Amino acid sequence: MAHDASTVSAATPALEGLQGVTADWSADKQAFPVHWGKAMMWIFLLSDTFIFSCFLTSYMNVRISTTVPWPNPSEVFSLDIGGKPVPLLLIAIMTMVLITSSGTMAMAVNYGYRRNRAYTTALMLITAGFGATFVGMQAFEWTKLILEGVRPWGNPMGAPQFGSSFFMITGFHGLHVSAGVVYLVVVAMRVWNGFYDRKGGYDTVEIVGLYWHFVDLVWVFIFAFFYLW
Amino acid sequence: MSQALEPALEPHGHSTAQVAADHGAHAEGQQHPVKIYLMIWILLFVLSTFSYLVDYFQLHGALRWTLIIVFMLLKAGFIVAIFMHMAWERLALKMAILLPPLCLLVLIGLMAIEGKYTFLTRLAAFVR
Repeated sequence: MAHDASTVSAATPALEGLQGVTADWSADKQAFPVHWGKAMMWIFLLSDTFIFSCFLTSYMNVRISTTVPWPNPSEVFSLDIGGKPVPLLLIAIMTMVLITSSGTMAMAVNYGYRRNRAYTTALMLITAGFGATFVGMQAFEWTKLILEGVRPWGNPMGAPQFGSSFFMITGFHGLHVSAGVVYLVVVAMRVWNGFYDRKGGYDTVEIVGLYWHFVDLVWVFIFAFFYLW
Repeated sequence: MSQALEPALEPHGHSTAQVAADHGAHAEGQQHPVKIYLMIWILLFVLSTFSYLVDYFQLHGALRWTLIIVFMLLKAGFIVAIFMHMAWERLALKMAILLPPLCLLVLIGLMAIEGKYTFLTRLAAFVR
């Protein structure tokens, strides 16, 4: 990628590759030529990455260090369908719900930049609906586990660290989803009443989108490391 | 100011004129053909199904862990690159956001060593 700089003719001011990075940082102007809110959202998401990584790393640490067998997530999170346990069924559905919501969000951003207010609002509200569905399913999952005796300090299936890791990681993620639903609804209302037309840009829709896709991104890692591992 | 710089942004990777056209309209931010989003969307469903099937068929050992990691990284990569538009950002922003998390690998490595040490210490204490 860095070699592409040579293909840009001297007439075009924007350099590519590493030369572009140097030029962006050293020129007497803003380093990132994007909406300031977008740059700040990315930096917030970077810090959030570190928070979730610390949670997942601590989970890895307690799972390695415990001498008691770790509960088998495949069995713990199975649902009975017609008397037969299907492993991880609810989690699989939750994953699909979140991916669906990511798709509708991507479309909302697209229609936002096309200034299609009705479609953008509708797609954002659908996204929020899927988000609320996800939180609802998580509440069901928590209820099921709590009724089975899982607590942050112990559980009947095995290592006591299972409960603390589970409630901390999925709880923090669920909090992010809930906050995202509120964020989506607020911005969707502003799209609908023409706030961004008066303001002159639909960047905010893309910024909400970044947050929402990040929530989906975190779930990808939780799904892999907590539920599947 | 920045608008003047934008049109020259995208020579690498996305070879088609379509991408250039997208950026011609950069006054309206990130606009890309709906087709890309739909393809990535379907791909994410397929990859999620695959990672679920890893558990459904009860694969174990190195094969299971490899498949889980591969599907996870593919999904994460597509979400960040396409849905979050990182593929179309300038390298300065890509580096500022994507490089810092690499130091987490050090933390993960240290905590894995620490965890094994704690495990062995506990075993030694319980056996005695």
